[in-house]
Amino acid sequence: MECVFGLVGKGFAIVVADTSAVHGILVHKTNEEKIMKLDSHKLIAASGEGGDRVQFSEYIHKNVALYQFRNGIPLTTSAAANFTRAELAAALRKNPYAVNILLAGYDNHTGPSLYYIDYLATLHKVDKAAFGYASYLSLSMMDTHYHAGMSLQEAIDLVDKCITEIRSRLVVAPPNFVMKIVDQHGARECAWRQSLPSASPTFC
Amino acid sequence: MSRRYDSRTTIFSPEGRLYQVEYAMEAIGNAGSAIGILSKDGVVLVGEKKVTSKLLQTSSSTEKMYKIDDHVACAVAGIMSDANILINTARVQAQRYTYAYQEPMPVEQLVQSLCDTKQGYTQFGGLRPFGVSFLFAGWEKNFGFQLYMSDPSGNYGGWKAGAIGANNQAAQSILKQDYKDDITREEAVQLALKVLSKTMDSTSLTSEKIELAEVFLSPSGKVKYEVCSPEALNKLLVKFGVTQPATDTA
Repeated sequence: MECVFGLVGKGFAIVVADTSAVHGILVHKTNEEKIMKLDSHKLIAASGEGGDRVQFSEYIHKNVALYQFRNGIPLTTSAAANFTRAELAAALRKNPYAVNILLAGYDNHTGPSLYYIDYLATLHKVDKAAFGYASYLSLSMMDTHYHAGMSLQEAIDLVDKCITEIRSRLVVAPPNFVMKIVDQHGARECAWRQSLPSASPTFC
Repeated sequence: MSRRYDSRTTIFSPEGRLYQVEYAMEAIGNAGSAIGILSKDGVVLVGEKKVTSKLLQTSSSTEKMYKIDDHVACAVAGIMSDANILINTARVQAQRYTYAYQEPMPVEQLVQSLCDTKQGYTQFGGLRPFGVSFLFAGWEKNFGFQLYMSDPSGNYGGWKAGAIGANNQAAQSILKQDYKDDITREEAVQLALKVLSKTMDSTSLTSEKIELAEVFLSPSGKVKYEVCSPEALNKLLVKFGVTQPATDTA
């Protein structure tokens, strides 16, 4: 029931993920961060098998950091996306990672971009994307309301529309969502949407 | 006295020298020279050909200049067979990078990667170092036009102008005097040919004895690597008045 989706606006890219860590019928926690800051201007939103999700995201994160240390320049979003895809592809026929990824980034010359990378190492550069059951509900919402060059407020309104759809139409909808954005100023948390505030927000 | 320290590459001499590496550089000092000059709008590479014969198929093979990738080329000085191995290694490294990142490999990273390979032969394996020095010329969007020089030790540096091979020290000092930071590609070609004419010990300069290649951007923004044709080269030699070697050597 994991929901991850994102879109590209005017000068920024936004990714949204639910924050439930679920094991069978048990919800471990409702403030799990599934969107990791890959570097100053990149976000990686991952959904999938618990251990694989963290393991793979951290593996990509460390390799991206290593590249920057070695070469003094950061990877472009495109290069990072292709690298990620290549790692998934290499493992696919040996020891696959069951992880779906939305990689959002901002590059100085090319602006914001969003990459859809599924667990079979499919790579697409897209304007809007979604994984999981959320995709059934949010893709059609985005198809109706999305247009190129949306302002931040318009994008957040669209995200809220998608979250409303998910909450009303998905049988076991996750209660809480986090939105993160990346633009020329960098990658950062944008907002939370909580219908079930965590008991102790500062921990776990 | 140091004879017993130079038969193996992987040990230091008591003075802290690696003799095999130094001997490799000696070998290069006897080879045909090559000069590279960085300009605002391109990089120029010229080389002195040692194998001169009318029978040589100049249109399809070059002796000194090689393309590594669409955006990087190199000039070599030293043992040609060693150079071929390293050129192939560099080509594979460049493609491997593009395979992983879907982007051209930054020039310095390519040079560094090749130099890491060369360094390995000075530290382990017991194999002799490669008897080749390179001048790498390339362009990429991060740092524009670049020129790098590397030697058998695996050291490399970024240069505005450099010379390798025979008489490289003389060539380097002329370059130091005559190079200006805002040199254009055409001026760089002229300077390179002039320096080569001064340092080559040859009775006359013709397109048979020289190779010229340039790395520059086409009007559409694509990187181009072009080896000058013998006919065009002859015209340039006449134009710059260097068909006869300079009588005084600097």
